[in-house]
Amino acid sequence: MRLNGVAWAFVTPALLVIGVFFLFPVVAAVALSLTDFDIYALADLRNLRFVGLDNYLQMLGAPLFWQALGNTLYFVVVGVPLSLLVSLAAALLLHSKLARWRAFFRTALFAPVVTTLVAVAVVWRYLFHTRYGMVNYALDYIGIGHLDWLGDPRLAMPTIILLALWKNFGFNMVIFLANLQAIPVELYEAARVDGASSLRQLVHITLPMLAPALLLTGVLTTAGYFQLFAEPYVMTQGGPLRSTVSVLYLMYEEGFKWWNFGAAAAVSLLLFGLILGVTWLLMRASREGV
Amino acid sequence: MRRVGRQQTRLTLRLVAGTCLALLCACAPSHSERETIRFWVMGREGEVIAQLLPEFERSNPGVQVELQQVPWSAAHEKLLTAFAGGTLPDLCQLGNTWLPEFAALDTLERLDSRAAQSRIVAAKDYFPGIWDTNIAGDGLYGIPWYVDTRVLFYRSDLLRKAGYDQPPRSWEEWERALAAIKREVGPGRYAILLPLNEFEPLLALALQQPAPLLRDDGRWAAFGDPDFRRTLAFYAGMFRNGWAPAQGDAQIGNVWTEFAHGYFSFYITGPWNIGEFKRRLPPERQADWMTAPLPGPDGPGASTAGGSSLVIFRSSRHAQAAWRLIEYLSEPAVQVRFYALTGNLPPRRTAWRDGGLAADRYAKAFLSQLERARPAPKVPEWERIAREMQLTAEQVVRTGMDIDQATSTLDRRVDAMLAKRRWMLARGRSQ
Repeated sequence: MRLNGVAWAFVTPALLVIGVFFLFPVVAAVALSLTDFDIYALADLRNLRFVGLDNYLQMLGAPLFWQALGNTLYFVVVGVPLSLLVSLAAALLLHSKLARWRAFFRTALFAPVVTTLVAVAVVWRYLFHTRYGMVNYALDYIGIGHLDWLGDPRLAMPTIILLALWKNFGFNMVIFLANLQAIPVELYEAARVDGASSLRQLVHITLPMLAPALLLTGVLTTAGYFQLFAEPYVMTQGGPLRSTVSVLYLMYEEGFKWWNFGAAAAVSLLLFGLILGVTWLLMRASREGV
Repeated sequence: MRRVGRQQTRLTLRLVAGTCLALLCACAPSHSERETIRFWVMGREGEVIAQLLPEFERSNPGVQVELQQVPWSAAHEKLLTAFAGGTLPDLCQLGNTWLPEFAALDTLERLDSRAAQSRIVAAKDYFPGIWDTNIAGDGLYGIPWYVDTRVLFYRSDLLRKAGYDQPPRSWEEWERALAAIKREVGPGRYAILLPLNEFEPLLALALQQPAPLLRDDGRWAAFGDPDFRRTLAFYAGMFRNGWAPAQGDAQIGNVWTEFAHGYFSFYITGPWNIGEFKRRLPPERQADWMTAPLPGPDGPGASTAGGSSLVIFRSSRHAQAAWRLIEYLSEPAVQVRFYALTGNLPPRRTAWRDGGLAADRYAKAFLSQLERARPAPKVPEWERIAREMQLTAEQVVRTGMDIDQATSTLDRRVDAMLAKRRWMLARGRSQ
């Protein structure tokens, strides 16, 4: 009993902090999403109405929400596998015995992760400029011709995916690299003695040994990519034709631009449900796979 | 991806900092008998206004002005936060499109009687469209400080090459000139720039039509009106005919360089660009540009009535002193100096005449345009509605969507945005 009390005393500060900064905002957001809290309600609380699930129903009936959801899913479904693949490839290259100047490349490839996104966006906007961009210059050179990267509704999201890919792959790469280095060398030696090719070594030793890391990075990257916001915010402001509006961007507009906090809270809770569901599916799929 | 969180933290930090500051101020003993008015000023104005204040403080020895600069990008959020926290200043510069919102929040002091008695603020001397933006319901809530409207900036040399010595005055003449310029400059260049992410050019054209954009005291959308459909068709036609590039600001990059290169010949923009064009266009291009009033459906048309006003918040205990500062800043002589410092156009005809501004070759177009400036619908939801309007226009331009279908969708969406307003107005009436 005494010990219990001491334990509680140690845990209480942390619990308090979690309660105030995590639990309370979540409960408040749920409550907010059931009202039509907006600028009028801010002026006079009598203008606040309890609307039940109206915010949710309205969102689910709004084409813009589905468009934002579609854009976000597009970003996640294309972006996450690509991101993992690039990270893995980069990690394998760095881990390879043939690689030189490993420390330099590791730092160079990790650099985008720690670079400020706003500064990156300025450079990228120039790179992808329709008439003066280096990318189009290169495309011209090989005879493909100009593409309106950020101005064409069909190309804007792929450009955003490219940016996110380049910006984020270094993080997973470092995790993969650490895990690669932890794989016992004996496994490879035994495989070589048995005459396994390097492809078979990759499929039968490296990938299975990396499975836990793959699951971890997969879950983290998926959850992170669902929260797409800063990239479209600095590159396209959701345009052209709303082709880069993500769910979180929609939430930002509803809440912080138009002050419809009820609707914004509903959007964020819908996104929360979505991420929770997808993560659960991923975990289950991996457990069944193992 | 983390930006929202950071903004929230910033908001919280600001609230905490604000509270601490308020506590500190409350504890500090008052050193003098002087009355202090807190004045919030935005953007560039905030940087130069300090130069105008010593004279005011000399002639009003009992009053001291405590100035705070607020960046435009954070102004709206900061004002609403201050409102929620009860820390609004006494006097504030407010974009006149925000005025209906803050009037609806019941935060603004009515200025009718003060203005009626004033020997300095003379309503008749102000451009009527601009003055009107300061009226919400039946009350006057702000005094115009400087004005902003949109006119046509154009390349006079390219227009002349295309066979026109004079800028167009009506839509019909304009279309002919646009077609002629496009023929002259060929593919890869355009006759006009209408950035697809800006709603102001389309709004200016829409305000030229007699029909209002919202009906029934701002309860319902009226974009389905034949007048607006005509405007939208005219706007979309400029893209369909290849006169305007279907691009946003982000793809243009630097408008001044492009204008100097002749990428486009017409550009609908505001007074700040007079200074920018003078500064940023190369010397050999300086003789080749001019401003003109916006062409209308038949003859010179209306345009937007933007700008900033000075307002007093109801929470202020120094309203009389704040009003004296408004009067001082409204004196034509002070407005002329303010124009010299900032390039912001004065809202009073006397200031235009006295300052020699009326004779300025670039400002002239603004003077005649200001007489025809028309306010946008005065509802708190307006900015969101204007964005939706522009989005619809972008859809028409990019996807070739049918105009009638576009406007009826727009009407439906805007009606939904106004639902709360309708409920509030209905409740207000029944009480």
